[in-house]
Amino acid sequence: MKILVPIKRVVDYNVRVRVKSDGSGVETEGVKMSINPFDEIALEEALRIRERGEAEEVIVASIGGTDVQQQLRTGLAMGADRAIHVETETAPQPLTVARILLKLIERESPGIVFLGKQAIDDDCNQTAQMLAALWDRPQATFASRVELADGKATVAREVDAGLETIEIELPAVMSSDLRLNEPRFVKLPDIMKAKRKPLDVIAIADLGVEQGAGFEMLAFEPPPKRGGGKVVGSVAELVDELKNRGLL
Amino acid sequence: MSAILIIAEHDGKQLNPSTAKTVTGATGLGISQIDVVVFAADPDQVAGQAAALQGVSRVLSVAGEDFAHPLAARLAPEVKALAGDYSHILAPSTTFGKDLLPRVAALLGVNQVSDIQEVVDERTFKRPIYAGNAIVTLRVPEGIPVVATIRTASFAAAGDGGQAEVTALDAQAADPGHTRYIKTEGSDGSGPDLASAPIVVSGGRAMGSSEGFDIIYSLAARLGAAVGASRAAVDAGYVPNELQVGQTGKIIAPDLYFAVGISGAIQHLTGIKDAGTIVAINKDAEAPIFEIADLGLVGDLFELVPELEKALG
Ligand SMILES: Cc1cc2nc3c(=O)[nH]c(=O)nc-3n(C[C@H](O)[C@H](O)[C@H](O)COP(=O)(O)OP(=O)(O)OC[C@H]3O[C@@H](n4cnc5c(N)ncnc54)[C@H](O)[C@@H]3O)c2cc1C
Ligand SMILES: Nc1ncnc2c1ncn2[C@@H]1O[C@H](COP(=O)(O)O)[C@@H](O)[C@H]1O
Repeated sequence: MKILVPIKRVVDYNVRVRVKSDGSGVETEGVKMSINPFDEIALEEALRIRERGEAEEVIVASIGGTDVQQQLRTGLAMGADRAIHVETETAPQPLTVARILLKLIERESPGIVFLGKQAIDDDCNQTAQMLAALWDRPQATFASRVELADGKATVAREVDAGLETIEIELPAVMSSDLRLNEPRFVKLPDIMKAKRKPLDVIAIADLGVEQGAGFEMLAFEPPPKRGGGKVVGSVAELVDELKNRGLL
Repeated sequence: MSAILIIAEHDGKQLNPSTAKTVTGATGLGISQIDVVVFAADPDQVAGQAAALQGVSRVLSVAGEDFAHPLAARLAPEVKALAGDYSHILAPSTTFGKDLLPRVAALLGVNQVSDIQEVVDERTFKRPIYAGNAIVTLRVPEGIPVVATIRTASFAAAGDGGQAEVTALDAQAADPGHTRYIKTEGSDGSGPDLASAPIVVSGGRAMGSSEGFDIIYSLAARLGAAVGASRAAVDAGYVPNELQVGQTGKIIAPDLYFAVGISGAIQHLTGIKDAGTIVAINKDAEAPIFEIADLGLVGDLFELVPELEKALG
């Protein structure tokens, strides 16, 4: 079985993102970029499944400009066997990403496509579900635990009510939640080895994907600032303040 | 003709409060036809609750044994079958809506607007990106349906007093048979619901253990509050995952929020920035939580929290 892990290059989660002063977007010039943290978790899970002998090959794929190859190399250094870069200069919205991934599925026939539950730049939380719909296969989103047996997966999912367990037939789409695992650190020799692993580049035009009508982004603004608060000196003072504000 | 379809969230007996909030979000579109669809094994009770919501025009009730648990792969084709009559299809931005609606959107061949926090007009919306560090205004092109989730923390629940008619419909699709619900493990649901409680007391990594969390539960009980937590506290196993507040947990808007032993990482703050009053208790006066707290108390939480509970009498 192959596992396909789509990874997105995003602004690192430690960066305090700022809106450009002209409201045309957010400042991404010169900031640290990383693999979307959820995708790193998805990749870690795929690697563990392979290391248990339940899969033979882990393929990382990313859609974007040339610089996504940095994140693909990191994925290879973590342990993926090979990488696919689908090259496009325009940042695709989730439905387009899902359509591109469906094309890769047709080429690779994976048993599992393991995505992140959400990209921490657009915070859309859509692509895995869309891909499952287009592929007409099961989805196990927000996965917190995955067990494989007899062509099926038992997945515990993080839902508002707690942990929900479902059983799905493979092939299927999964999306990772935070507590699925803790991704490994990349070691220097692995980075060297990753340079020799295969990385295929496919032009988006060669996939024949219909891009569809995306949303038009009209304006970006910073969130409203909360008014400055005050520090009180004692519990008694805190209780008084809360009473004065009618909160107790 | 514009008309809205809202997918009801429920547990088989009770309509989830997220549905009433979605109705309020829908009201802002200025479209008079607002239908709510209830998929359930036995939908009557929930359909009745939906029909009583102010602003709802009609409730569609679809019964089916395999609707006992909401599985996206089962429900998405049902929603698609109804979609032709609607310009807008909405669900709450809860794990239920987030799981289901993108699957519906893809079947309809459109992108989804995730987490609408403000309606500008029928096709223009504001939503948070980058963990709430930026708000984007976007427009859905003409000629395609608007498929969107509503950020429940941004809208108050619609009140009761409505008298919509309930129409029973037959299921349209078949069970694909590849997805089976097994079980849900979670808290017993005895305390107030974290997503809608007016007061929430949250603990962070500083609580140190599940026993350490006892003082949080005790203060919450005294205040009639729900208990929440930071990711660090959940990851450490002090409390179950459904208590996580933040970018990837629950986004909440209580009147009063206590952040106890929580540093105030951006991913946590994005879950509480619509709270009325934020109180922070932290021993580090430089902790970022104090930058957004309305009231701060610097000191050791293991002394201050019991003292606070006592002071409340
Ligand atoms: C993709 C992604 C998504 C995330 N999503 C979320 C999310 O949804 N929700 C979330 O919360 N986090 C989330 N995080 C994690 C977030 O970045 C922080 O790591 C986390 O919120 C820290 O939790 P904390 O404040 O409890 O712990 P810490 O940052 O360790 O803070 C502990 C605080 O307790 C104080 N303290 C210690 N001892 C005492 C004492 N005795 N008395 C008083 N104060 C004391 C310290 O001064 C410190 O400020 C996410 C991270 C990533 C990468
Ligand atoms: N450009 C991309 N390249 C590769 N994978 C992507 C891309 N965009 C989204 N994904 C995948 O889809 C997941 C969810 O993204 P989103 O729906 O945008 O929140 C991510 O965690 C990735 O696994």
